[in-house]
Amino acid sequence: MSDHAHEHSELSETELRVRALETILTEKGYVDPAALDAIIQAYETKIGPHNGAQVVAKAWSDPAFRRALLEDASKAVSTLGHVSRVGDHLVAVENTPQRHNMVVCTLCSCYPWEMLGLPPVWYKAAPYRSRAVKDPRGVLADFGVTLPSETEIRVWDSTAETRFLVLPMRPAGTDGFSESELAELVTRDSMIGTGLPKAPRAPS
Amino acid sequence: MNGVHDMGGMDGFGKVEPEPNEPMFHSEWEARVLAMVRAMGAAGAFNIDASRFYREALPPPVYLASSYYQKWLLGLEDLLLDKGYVTVDEIAAGRALSPPKPLGRGKFTLGDVERIMVRGQFGRAAPASARFRPGDWVRARNIHPRTHTRLPRYVRGHVGVVERDHGCQVFPDSAATDSGENPQWLYTVVFDGSELWGPDADPRSKISIDAFEPYLEPA
Repeated sequence: MSDHAHEHSELSETELRVRALETILTEKGYVDPAALDAIIQAYETKIGPHNGAQVVAKAWSDPAFRRALLEDASKAVSTLGHVSRVGDHLVAVENTPQRHNMVVCTLCSCYPWEMLGLPPVWYKAAPYRSRAVKDPRGVLADFGVTLPSETEIRVWDSTAETRFLVLPMRPAGTDGFSESELAELVTRDSMIGTGLPKAPRAPS
Repeated sequence: MNGVHDMGGMDGFGKVEPEPNEPMFHSEWEARVLAMVRAMGAAGAFNIDASRFYREALPPPVYLASSYYQKWLLGLEDLLLDKGYVTVDEIAAGRALSPPKPLGRGKFTLGDVERIMVRGQFGRAAPASARFRPGDWVRARNIHPRTHTRLPRYVRGHVGVVERDHGCQVFPDSAATDSGENPQWLYTVVFDGSELWGPDADPRSKISIDAFEPYLEPA
């Protein structure tokens, strides 16, 4: 049997197992399947990197908000109303020319869901979790990011319930940009610290 | 526990390979597993630390060979079996065969969904004053608990500096084994790369963990 065929039979076995478990939990009256549907729909529609991008864009535009965010990110983000699900344990860390921040969870997959959505597979997988703390510059190279050798790299291992959001540096050439124009430049990876914001398009 | 989940500093896993335009779920069953874990946790069957502990406790070859949501599924099955919410016979038959065990917060229904989309609160009243302050030098204790801990192996025995105080929070090492919340002070502790990885480390790297007070001793 080829590896490919093997993978397919494994998958369907998992699917059957998941269906069986859901049937048991439903029949025993533990969960309402419609509530499971609603959880999935909420994850698919309510969370995602657009929330984090909005926070970053506001911090780039509004010095008082930037200070408040760095002082107490949970409190600062809670003032934004529609991104208020973040709870008590959000910390924003600011990139500067002297220091670049990068976030990992070596033990599992801790990640600021409310700000960035569910984590990508690479964030939860062994290569990133193993190397981010030992060879952060090498990991950045995997993402095509090269920093000046004198830039300090600070890696935040999310070993408790604190969740970290990287505040990237505002790209040059964005004077006069609105918050929504700025938010377009903020990538998910730039808020994890494995990427940089997009450069603005040249004026047409 | 000293499991394969504690991956910081291990070699040999290869390059990080981001997937362009990655979907939120790669199969529908992944979403169902996520939803079942969230729902059963919210219904009171287990806490988040226990769910992490059960994934860590998967046999190392299974842990390494399973996808992320496969680990969630296997951990969930083991947890529900151990806590008596389902039986081995039921898992084998794929249907309910015995009466339910009452859930701490009752059946998970539509009205509970909004509640779980707001992140949990882990801060607790302090039972004692903090032992450390930002600026203090500390050593991560050389401890090897057989049960759940959030002190990664790669910092044990190493010296760092307290940078932030996060207040008192639920202690995962206790909560994971249903031994109570046992709140402890939590600090961000920063280590120099060379302290952790020796002379080959990037001289401009610093690594921090969030460490509960029982993980630390004065240095």
